[in-house]
Amino acid sequence: MSISASIVGGSGYTGGELLRLLLAHPNINIRSVSSRTLAGQPIHRAHPSLRGHSDLLFTVPEEIETSDALFLCAPHGTASKEIERWRALGTTIIDLSADFRLRSPDAYRAWYGQTHPAPALLSEAVYGLPEISRESLRNARLISGVGCNATAMILALAPLARNGLIQRVIADIKVGSSEAGREFSAASHHPERSRSLRTYSPAGHRHTAEVLQSLGDFPLDVTVTTVELVRGVLCTAHVIPTRPATEKELWRLYRDAYANEPFVRIVNEKTGINRLPDPRVLSGSNHADVGFAVDPRSGRIIALCAIDNLVKGAAGSAIQSMNIALGLPETAGLTFPGLHPV
Amino acid sequence: MSTATATLPRCPECDAHITFNRAPLRGQVTNCPGCAVELEVTDTEPLTFALAPKVEEDWGE
Repeated sequence: MSISASIVGGSGYTGGELLRLLLAHPNINIRSVSSRTLAGQPIHRAHPSLRGHSDLLFTVPEEIETSDALFLCAPHGTASKEIERWRALGTTIIDLSADFRLRSPDAYRAWYGQTHPAPALLSEAVYGLPEISRESLRNARLISGVGCNATAMILALAPLARNGLIQRVIADIKVGSSEAGREFSAASHHPERSRSLRTYSPAGHRHTAEVLQSLGDFPLDVTVTTVELVRGVLCTAHVIPTRPATEKELWRLYRDAYANEPFVRIVNEKTGINRLPDPRVLSGSNHADVGFAVDPRSGRIIALCAIDNLVKGAAGSAIQSMNIALGLPETAGLTFPGLHPV
Repeated sequence: MSTATATLPRCPECDAHITFNRAPLRGQVTNCPGCAVELEVTDTEPLTFALAPKVEEDWGE
């Protein structure tokens, strides 16, 4: 089966990852990719690793061609204002911004500080994290991309939430610089950014809303700190459980949740140097590594998840969702295992 | 779960099924495929395991 795909806003890091993965996808023919600032130039001008892999040139958004799958990589708050225009050009829309992640217009207003321009579509959009919404993704026409930090939190916590083990969570998130996107600022200036440990969101991170929507309502506090990585997210969630749990019980819960998931691996080894999830070995991969531990003194559960923010936390989950929606093999184009060492 | 699977020995740490390519010997050490803990075969009839003694690593001490 051959599927046509186009990308609106393909010059950013997420667009680059979509191009890298879709160019190697066995079922995808990329028809067009837009960048207003780079229109007419080859895609390797923005994504140098793709040199020699494609003759595609960036075009302007007005020349995006009708496609089976249309990926939107516009800044937050942009896609929803023009969504009907894009829906006329794509059978299945996958919007990687935050515009369609929340189902409730009230929640959107509360977390994003503005009224949603297309609230009627929020209930139609399917959250594009297959581990949470696989069945709803089949034949979906409007798919929302995921928040990278939300993805790490959801996958770390889902087995505990589904089994009623969560009383309260404090999630400590460490992230790489690519989360901030391609646009630079004073904060990303090398002398300021290099070797810093900057807690840029001590409380109130917007991705909290995606976690609660996906896993149910519980007290969740999130703190996000940038670390010396380019790619990667590590969620360390400190869970106060509703009852004592043993590590052996957690093994069963996590195996039950993820044994059949093609991209979630349990990493919890007693020996060696790779005992718990580490985003470093996931660069370029659509895998999510989850792990856990129990503090025998306090009963606290430590639930971890590592991902590549640009892949499982963005482009990879979007393509995995597209595969499901269009009836393609779910893992098509996504089997790259990551780099080591890197 | 099949009967064959149900009779496999399990790791005392993580409950993963332990398999051997050939009949295990008493005293043999193997790694659990789930949590990688080292297990020592303490008996073969029936097959039983104990956590193998290990040298502790200095992790941030």
